[in-house]
Amino acid sequence: MGTLIEIRDLAKTYERGKQKVEVLHHVNLDIAEGDFLALMGPSGSGKTTLLNLIGGLDAPSAGSIGVGGQRIDQLGAGALARWRASNVGFIFQFYNLMPMLSAQRNVELPLLLTKLSAAQRRKNASIALQLVGLADRASHKPGELSGGQQQRVAIARAIVSDPTLLVCDEPTGDLDRQSAEDVLGLLQQLNREHGKTIVMVTHDPKAAEYATHTLHLDKGTLVEQATA
Amino acid sequence: MKYLHLIWAALFRRKTRTLLTLVSIIAAFLLFGLLNSVRLAFSAGDSVDGAGRLIVNSRMSMQNPLPESLGARIATVPGVTAVASSNWFGGVYQDPRNQVVSFAVSQNYIDLYPEIVLPADQRAAWERTRTGAIVGAALAKKYGWKVGDKIPLQSTIFPSKASGNNTWTFDITGIFHAKSEQDAGREQLLLFHWKYFDENNAFGAGTVHWYVVKVADPAHADAVATTIDAISANSDHETKAQTEQAFQASFIKQLVNIGLIVVSIMGAVFFTLLLLTGNTMMQAVRERTSELAVLKTIGFSSRSVQVMVLAESVLLLLLGGLIGLAVVSLIVPGIGAASGGMIPVHGVSASTWVIGIALMLAIGVIVGWIPAWRAMRLNIVDALSGR
Ligand SMILES: Nc1ncnc2c1ncn2[C@@H]1O[C@H](COP(=O)(O)OP(=O)(O)O)[C@@H](O)[C@H]1O
Ligand SMILES: [Mg+2]
Repeated sequence: MGTLIEIRDLAKTYERGKQKVEVLHHVNLDIAEGDFLALMGPSGSGKTTLLNLIGGLDAPSAGSIGVGGQRIDQLGAGALARWRASNVGFIFQFYNLMPMLSAQRNVELPLLLTKLSAAQRRKNASIALQLVGLADRASHKPGELSGGQQQRVAIARAIVSDPTLLVCDEPTGDLDRQSAEDVLGLLQQLNREHGKTIVMVTHDPKAAEYATHTLHLDKGTLVEQATA
Repeated sequence: MKYLHLIWAALFRRKTRTLLTLVSIIAAFLLFGLLNSVRLAFSAGDSVDGAGRLIVNSRMSMQNPLPESLGARIATVPGVTAVASSNWFGGVYQDPRNQVVSFAVSQNYIDLYPEIVLPADQRAAWERTRTGAIVGAALAKKYGWKVGDKIPLQSTIFPSKASGNNTWTFDITGIFHAKSEQDAGREQLLLFHWKYFDENNAFGAGTVHWYVVKVADPAHADAVATTIDAISANSDHETKAQTEQAFQASFIKQLVNIGLIVVSIMGAVFFTLLLLTGNTMMQAVRERTSELAVLKTIGFSSRSVQVMVLAESVLLLLLGGLIGLAVVSLIVPGIGAASGGMIPVHGVSASTWVIGIALMLAIGVIVGWIPAWRAMRLNIVDALSGR
């Protein structure tokens, strides 16, 4: 399989007042299409920063990121938003669902940006909820669901518009062991059966076992290079 | 439109706070609807078409008298079926605080007011009695007056020749009732003979403050009014024929500047509303920071997030404002009736709706502007990490 993500000489600097802090230094990384990559490393090593750059949420200070041949570091804010909408699904540690909307409506959110009819949106969201095993909770609000269920709703939301790439920032960081295993199993299934390329940040070595590769980040530098 | 459910959900994320804010908006627009209806009622246009009765008074000022001889000339105008006259007396009873709305009128005055009901024998007695007065039932009840009573009134304006001071004596010869609830205001009146007023008035004679003119065809009242005013054109007593509502309005306008009152009250109310809803919207957006960041993460453009917040604030104002004006349109007819026609309001006019909706939109945009701008500028990465 080909390379989906090509990262070259990537650097990210934050400015804290007058002080400049380089959080990522000269990161070079290729991620193959269909890979399930776990990104590990101590707190503050730059994992979230790297993930946000890969997902097109932030712009690098130097270097390039290509995803599926598209140089996303060269896109403007509007184009980047459109690119995210059709190419990336996001899964966060704290689920980040809309508390006022039902599970169904939460999953439909990304589809509001497509040309699909209301009926089509409903149908696709139902299919996604079915895939994560929550068809019977479609009308529940996030507050009426357990943490594990909320994270599965978030996964349904991430996959509903059928993106090639899923980025997950400590998706099991807030879950008990059983729920974590459910979520990880689900991600693995999405990777194996649906061909999703997944980049997952995690603290937990057990979680990393579900991935096909693991990379370590330390003080903004990759310590082990992937050998795909 | 497909975002409407998102906007609605955001609006009612904090039900109590939103409802409290809504109540303030409803109250503000309720006040606006009422005050503006009153203001409009008192600034009625010049057209008199549709009026069965016209009031003719001096164009210069309401207190300016007209010659008594004018009545006969008005009666000759085609389309006029009857003319009565009335003078302002300015009576008080016993205490300056007890104002009695008292008019010195021509004998046919009550013929022009079928809404006033006076028994025939009392009418006859009044016509026979030079110092006779007929009083509305409500006024009679207020001071315990009965037919046959002799009552003194002080005129705040006119000295009496008979008493040598401002005290005038009247014999109550009749008590009249209003035909319907709507005209209950007329039961506050005291009417007496213009002849007695004219002869006994130490301030010269032969003048009338206003004429009441009955028009044959209300649809052509405008033409009749023009002809009446033409009689006195270029004289020292030019007239203005107008509807009773307009006459009442100009009467009250002499006492208070309604437009100024409405504008200053509403200015204060809307300023408070601006601060209150502005605060609500600021808070609402601040506590939704991470939700807005998620919308952007998913791919919603900064512009669409901005528009959604702005729409939320406009929706809030429209919701409260429209409810407020709807309530006004329900209660205003009741107020008009309860005031016995003194406050000539009947419903919420189209212009009140238009001004009201324009205010809702304007306040909605002003109040939503800064929160919407913040939502637009929101940095996803900072917001997600709680920075
Ligand atoms: N927006 C920012 N502004 C300033 N410093 C930041 C910002 N985002 C991250 N950092 C800093 O960059 C470093 C790496 O952060 P992060 O990528 O969140 O680490 P990790 O996810 O590995 O814990 C930390 O020291 C953090 O304080
Ligand atoms: Mg992190």
